[in-house]
Amino acid sequence: MPPVVGGLRLAPLPGAVPAWRASVDSDGLRRVCEAVAGSGGRLGALWASDERDRGAGFALHAVLVAFEGLVCVDVRLEGETYADVSDLFPAAGRMQRAIADLMGLRAGMRDTRGWLRHGAWREDAFPLRRDVALDARLPAGDPRYAFVPVEGEGVHEIPVGPVHAGIIEPGHFRFSVVGERVLRLEERLGYTHKGVEKRFESLSLEEGARLAARVSGDSSVAFSWAYAMALETAAACKVPERALWLRALLLERERVANHLGDLGALGNDGGLAFGLAQFSRMKEHLLRNNAALFGHRYLMDRVVPGGVTVDLDAAGAGSILAEADRLEDELRTLRSIYYDHAGLQDRCINCGRLTPRTAAALGVVGLAARASGHAIDARVFPGHAPYGELGPRLCSHRNGDVAARIVVRFEEAFESLDLQRKILHALPSTPTLTPLPEIAQRAFGIGWIEGWRGEVLVAVEADAGGRIRRCHPHDPSWQNWPALEHAVIGNIVPDFPLINKSFNLSYAGADL
Amino acid sequence: MHKILLQIARVGIKTEPAPPPDEALRRAAARMSEEMLQLLGRALAIRHVDAGSCNACELEIHATNNPYYNLEGLGIKFVASPRHADMLLVTGPVSRNMEEALRRTYEATPEPKLVVAIGDCGCGKGIFGENYASCGAVSNVIPVDVAVPGCPPDPAAIMRGILTAVTASAKGR
Repeated sequence: MPPVVGGLRLAPLPGAVPAWRASVDSDGLRRVCEAVAGSGGRLGALWASDERDRGAGFALHAVLVAFEGLVCVDVRLEGETYADVSDLFPAAGRMQRAIADLMGLRAGMRDTRGWLRHGAWREDAFPLRRDVALDARLPAGDPRYAFVPVEGEGVHEIPVGPVHAGIIEPGHFRFSVVGERVLRLEERLGYTHKGVEKRFESLSLEEGARLAARVSGDSSVAFSWAYAMALETAAACKVPERALWLRALLLERERVANHLGDLGALGNDGGLAFGLAQFSRMKEHLLRNNAALFGHRYLMDRVVPGGVTVDLDAAGAGSILAEADRLEDELRTLRSIYYDHAGLQDRCINCGRLTPRTAAALGVVGLAARASGHAIDARVFPGHAPYGELGPRLCSHRNGDVAARIVVRFEEAFESLDLQRKILHALPSTPTLTPLPEIAQRAFGIGWIEGWRGEVLVAVEADAGGRIRRCHPHDPSWQNWPALEHAVIGNIVPDFPLINKSFNLSYAGADL
Repeated sequence: MHKILLQIARVGIKTEPAPPPDEALRRAAARMSEEMLQLLGRALAIRHVDAGSCNACELEIHATNNPYYNLEGLGIKFVASPRHADMLLVTGPVSRNMEEALRRTYEATPEPKLVVAIGDCGCGKGIFGENYASCGAVSNVIPVDVAVPGCPPDPAAIMRGILTAVTASAKGR
């Protein structure tokens, strides 16, 4: 049943997930957002496109997550401004700043600082406009950035990054502290912005799959599936059953691999190096199995539009089942060690709390939302094939602290192993790949996949000749980065690495 | 505590032999003298810099320290500051937003220093290419000694690259 959104005429989009599409004029965006926010919905993604070469102006595109499914709204703009929606959806703030940097459209927000721009191009250049070439050499702009100052007796600032002390992605954190307590954290991201959206427009729909797999390397399967789903929606193409089941198998393997990696790193950051040694060994074992069975440790380029490029024989299935039994046994041992370890628990309980209320206000998604008491999991609801038949169990916790995010990871890893078993016991015997029919110019599709971190969205519009007109890949980190700023308030500076790791957000995925 | 000890005993030692160096990965004639390399041995300190990667290379660099590869067991460790480092391990492509930070990190690393570029993007063959926001290969921004292709290169390949950089060039001998 389509959602009722303030008199909007919604046309259903064919495809794996329930989604509808509507077109509104520039006043419409605010009205639609108010209606969706009022009924408890969230903002999935917000991006812009340049339609001037087609005799129109600029357009905004919003994906709203209503109870019934996705509502995709295209907003025709007359000028270069539109109504700010960041009061309804705080996550919109950074998306609107990115739109201003890339497309030159302004929402009339008070915060007019660049987000992705830094000093790589000037304030009056807009690289995502269609009259700017992908390889344009844009003159450098002003790299200065005005962090919000915190004043008062004894307040000082600690700047960290963009090059961090560990093996992690680049970003800048500005802490305002009194003594050892954090009063405020301000994130500045965008360092890994490398023109991903513009690059999509230089590729064919088929080639785009390879780029989608590299939006955030740790979520390669999730992005590949979301991209494939978007194209399959645009082509109204039905994917063979076996391909869908194998995609779910790969997605669950990606989830387990990342959860194992994070559980190890969280133990290490909490002072239990033993945990890192154990979990990194288990993860390595899983990655080697991936390489042996599917030809790639991180399963890149195995999910493609129309199906999958891999298959599994009885021996392969047997080795995954054996691996699942072994991993489950070891996870049980390590879970009891983690939960009984007074030192680790002392570091994690009540550390970096994101309350259910703040999580809801910020529109937090994925693992972090579930650890703060929210029952959000796109595999469970609205669900899509083959998850309807698999019946995944949603794992959540009420406390919203580092310990809760550890619990959710353990429980989800167990559940993922179970799902892999279910998949292998009921793998349908159909082909694994079907050729995608030709995709018409202007055809639009959307993909929505619950990756290990949260929901991954990919929206694609086709151009003539099987090219990409516009592609917007959206990582859940957009929604969750602002939550980290809240979770860290009142904690001590040395706990920041632990809190940060417990969210483990993607820089590349949100910097694009 | 006994559960931890039991688990350690149950798992045993998993470390595999390190891969040999590979001259094919070398991009520049040895910039560090053989004498210096001998002095350094394998007591190498590495500063990692992500200059714009998709983060898959970071996963594999992390993996070089898991018990199977145990890079630290060779005396090679990752350090928190370029000022403590002998080598920069750089993943790319170098985004224009990271260009300055990468240059400054290079300048902050004391001489003599080595640079190993990791991954297809760092080598200039990645899918992102050069564009308004990307400088492409690491060697477009700072001098590179050894480049390790792969998307991402596996931990053994990364170790081969690191060990190639600290081994005197066969030609130089």
